[in-house]
Amino acid sequence: MTSLLEVNDLRLSYPGKGFRARPAEILHGVSLTVAEGETLGVVGESGSGKTTIGRALLGLAEPSSGSIRFDGRDITHVGAKERRRLARDIQVIFQDPYTSLNPSLTIGDILTEPLIAQGTPAAAARTRVADLLERVGLPEDAAQRLPREFSGGQRQRVAIARALAPEPRLIVCDEPVSALDLSTQTRVLDLLIDIQRRTGVAYLFISHDLAVVRHISHRVAVLYRGDLVETGPAGPVTTAPEHPYTQKLVLASPVADPVEQERRRTERRKLASNAH
Amino acid sequence: MLFYVARRLVSGLVLAVMVTLITFLLLAPSFNGIVGNRLGSAATPETVAQMKAQMGLDRPLATQYVDWLSHAVRGDLGRSYFTGIPVRDAVEQHLGVTLSIVLVTLMLTVVVSVALGVLAASKGGLVDRAVQALSLTGHLIPNLLIAIVLVYLLAVKSRLVPATGFTSLADDPAKWAQSIFIPVIALLIASVAGLTAQVRGTMIDELRKDYVRMLRTRGVPTRSVVLRHALRNAAGPALTVLSFEFVAMLGGALIIEKVFAIPGFGSYAFDASLQGDIPIIMGITVFAVLLVVVVNLTVDLVNGWLNPKARIF
Amino acid sequence: MTAQAPAPRRRRSLAGRLLRDPQAVAAASVLLIIVVLGLIGPLLTSHGPNEASLDSINADPGTPGYLLGGDRSGQDILARLLASINTSVVSALIGTSIALLVGVSAGLVGGYYDRIRGGAEWLFSLIMTFPGLLLLIVLLPLTKGDFKVTMVIFGVLLSPGVYRLTRNLVVGVKNELFVDAARVSGLSDPRILRRHVLFAVRGPVIIATAFLAGASIGVQSGLSFLGVGPATTPSFGAMIAGGFAELYTEPLQFVWPSLMLGMMTASLVLFGNALRDALEGATRKPVKIKPVRPEPRTTGDAPAGLLVVEDLAIAYPTPSGELREVVSGVSLSLDAGETLGLVGESGSGKTQTAFAILRVLPAEAVVTRGSIRLDGREILGLKEKDMRALRGRSIAYVPQEPMSNLDPSFTVGDQLVEGLRAAKGLSRKEARAQALALLERVGIAEPERTFRCYPHQISGGMAQRVLIAGAVASRPVLLIADEPTTALDVTVQAEILDLLRDLQKELGMALLLVTHNFGVVADICDRISVMREGQIVETGTALEVFREPAHPYTRMLLDCVLDENTVRTDPPPASVPAHAEEEQR
Repeated sequence: MTSLLEVNDLRLSYPGKGFRARPAEILHGVSLTVAEGETLGVVGESGSGKTTIGRALLGLAEPSSGSIRFDGRDITHVGAKERRRLARDIQVIFQDPYTSLNPSLTIGDILTEPLIAQGTPAAAARTRVADLLERVGLPEDAAQRLPREFSGGQRQRVAIARALAPEPRLIVCDEPVSALDLSTQTRVLDLLIDIQRRTGVAYLFISHDLAVVRHISHRVAVLYRGDLVETGPAGPVTTAPEHPYTQKLVLASPVADPVEQERRRTERRKLASNAH
Repeated sequence: MLFYVARRLVSGLVLAVMVTLITFLLLAPSFNGIVGNRLGSAATPETVAQMKAQMGLDRPLATQYVDWLSHAVRGDLGRSYFTGIPVRDAVEQHLGVTLSIVLVTLMLTVVVSVALGVLAASKGGLVDRAVQALSLTGHLIPNLLIAIVLVYLLAVKSRLVPATGFTSLADDPAKWAQSIFIPVIALLIASVAGLTAQVRGTMIDELRKDYVRMLRTRGVPTRSVVLRHALRNAAGPALTVLSFEFVAMLGGALIIEKVFAIPGFGSYAFDASLQGDIPIIMGITVFAVLLVVVVNLTVDLVNGWLNPKARIF
Repeated sequence: MTAQAPAPRRRRSLAGRLLRDPQAVAAASVLLIIVVLGLIGPLLTSHGPNEASLDSINADPGTPGYLLGGDRSGQDILARLLASINTSVVSALIGTSIALLVGVSAGLVGGYYDRIRGGAEWLFSLIMTFPGLLLLIVLLPLTKGDFKVTMVIFGVLLSPGVYRLTRNLVVGVKNELFVDAARVSGLSDPRILRRHVLFAVRGPVIIATAFLAGASIGVQSGLSFLGVGPATTPSFGAMIAGGFAELYTEPLQFVWPSLMLGMMTASLVLFGNALRDALEGATRKPVKIKPVRPEPRTTGDAPAGLLVVEDLAIAYPTPSGELREVVSGVSLSLDAGETLGLVGESGSGKTQTAFAILRVLPAEAVVTRGSIRLDGREILGLKEKDMRALRGRSIAYVPQEPMSNLDPSFTVGDQLVEGLRAAKGLSRKEARAQALALLERVGIAEPERTFRCYPHQISGGMAQRVLIAGAVASRPVLLIADEPTTALDVTVQAEILDLLRDLQKELGMALLLVTHNFGVVADICDRISVMREGQIVETGTALEVFREPAHPYTRMLLDCVLDENTVRTDPPPASVPAHAEEEQR
């Protein structure tokens, strides 16, 4: 398996807020790889820097050191023109289906946007839209409608279709199902898995939810305050982790079974009192 | 905190210097005309040139400005071309007249607008619609017309108050109150209309916020929820609007002052400009800019006190 | 809130919406008529606006050739009036277009490019330091009173307002995810500005235009009222000044220009307001802090329990004026010391039910029927004063978003003390001591320090602990927690659930937990009620519902829960070349 994406010792700082503040480092040297057609789940809590990794890959945040290689090419600090060309290969699905779609554009306009940006003729782009809508399970007439006419789950399907439009090789999924209801969440995850099986696209799947990551990922990386603490195959990392933080995370995630949850709670409290 | 104030004051002074420089440069092309006006029928190219030399207006602009500035920083703004009165005394005196009107207006604006805005936002229904209609009416009528109609109704028709003239507060408080009555009302209508709409809008937004519901579930009385919590959070934007209104009134009072024959800042500036009395024009600019700087700083400091998140110091 | 998509609505164009608004139509018509009158003025009058004749000094209205009479210089009032319209229109055009040109372009660039913003900010704060109208006066020697030059300067003076408006809108929209998405899609900056940013700016700028025009006209007539500018420029201001002088003898000479000026500014303001309504939707309406007062319905044989909700229905008015039910006939009961989980997806009405029990529903909500009894006492229809006493002492509430539920302007301690004093009538000192004890009880390490903190200085988990401290302060018999851990990290969630469980045991209070998370329910609830579309579909003990769900909806939801067994097992489809499938199709 060759790596499609290779992140090496990535560091990233944001300028400090206020007068003469020191910059705050969000990522303290993160290294990870994503193979062709693979899903790498990145789990972490708020402030872990998981979203920042995604934004750095997409060129929305500027790394302070380290390197990002895509398909063997260094893309850490590429210029605006090169970055626009990369849009063909790297795409994104954001968390919030309500603010990730421009409310004043029709679904059709939203979906043709990445195609036309890549130089696809308008007519070809329109035929492609019908194809994309079908693939994410939306009705054909959706193209003429506005985002506000759709539910959260349907909007997220639009966002998926938009990401698929240029046939990318990697999609950064930033908490794509966190804002969705339980039943919708499962359907959207299954759609993502189905698309991966058919097209061989790789996912960098960012989430705070261990269960979601476990469901979709081949491998999982656990991020804690800007450091990767554990990486490995999804099963072992999310059920029998080695690092204490991951253990804490697993035990803290409640399970939907009163008896099992009580057992887990006792175990968690035992672990916590041992730590003291 | 002190450091912040000092930094703001310094940047304010820099702004003041810039503004006076720009004003001076904008005035420069009209020096010939000004001198010509002064000479009247005696103006010939020779006499104009002679006069300019006498007044120092023939020197390079940079020299003139630096000369003016070096005196100005020492508090010497020169003397009027026409009356010979020291500019600083004259401007301060006229500014005092306008400020006494504007400050009374502002205080009344705050009281009336906060009362109306809070009432409209918290009662809703008919009260709200009445307040909205009132505020809209204030917007609709040009200030100029309000002033004239008021003079006509209150002073000319019913002779309740003097139509024109001004008595200073120090001379006779009762007469002062009478003489500023109509001007204040005339200015008040537009400023109340503006601020009320602002207070109403932000209060509505505040009262919809989660913390208001939270306070209610704790059994905190409605009066405290509205006046202590929501109003405090709504005060910031309202204060900013108020500061804009203050600055606008400094010049905007001009028409009112002219209608009521009040020797205020605006009408003084107006007369000086018509005459081309450059030292006075520059003096007025300095005072106006410094007032704006001080007002903006005060607003930022009060906003910081009101809203802990906005504290920059 | 609602999960189902609203019925497709056809987009109506701005013009279409304005045409349906009588205020917009009236204001626009008045403006249009006035402007046209100004344009065809020369055709309507036999004299030019500056043509004076001694015979017609103060001529009566109706004098042949002088429909509105003559003024004190012997000029035709009608001709001057119509020509003044043109002066006003030109003033408005110059002032507005300069302000828009400068303000909008600087706002777009300064808002979008962070690097340029600093310079733009400084420039406009310099312009704002120029004291408005005063500058126009000070520069009289320069402008010589020419209204066109004056209006150019006035336009520049107006531009900082437009700049700030545009810059704020651009900065707001720039951080929207859809702009990030466009960037990732490979759109260039100019294209993003045109396609995504301009649309957000358009509406408010159009609205501002109406007001800018009004301001320009006002300033121009104000200056000409003072006698600025040549007498050959006809203007309302000069006419009003002339009429003012003749007020006692010829009052009509004052009335005409005043009326025309008043009509122009008023219709501009009214049109601006109508535009605002059309572009930004209905005007904000205030929320009344007023109790909901339904008809209390007491049934004869009431079931016992600490909290009994029977057949509760809540409705909201739709734009068409009918009521739409979001909760329809909910019944539930809760015993002292018990925990009931109210579970459902978004839009199921679970939060509305909780708010109804606390009686803090939004003002527009209507409780159409039902009964809510606490300890046998009917809550619906209770006076706000009695309800307040109940809220402080018997029922308490823990919200979903800890941050937004704290007042940002008061310290954590202030807010706790205020609640304690309202509920228990303590002195300030006693309340402070109790608040500190409570903060310690809910697991805050440095109570003294947290007490003095403002909400933005503490973390979300801490804020939730503070809110729990405030809720349990008066030892309530019923605690209503609405998704209390949804906004928190999993590790913090576990701690907060532990805290709630401990406090419940300690105080013997009943807990109504509203949530969508079955894991949370399994952790803490004795019994569960499952809600769907405003109704409870199933109620039972936690074990029953999890092991043998009776309703198909409950079963479906439980099937969707991702548990430990749903680990992905299929290998990455790396052997499939990225675009192979596409080419086959």
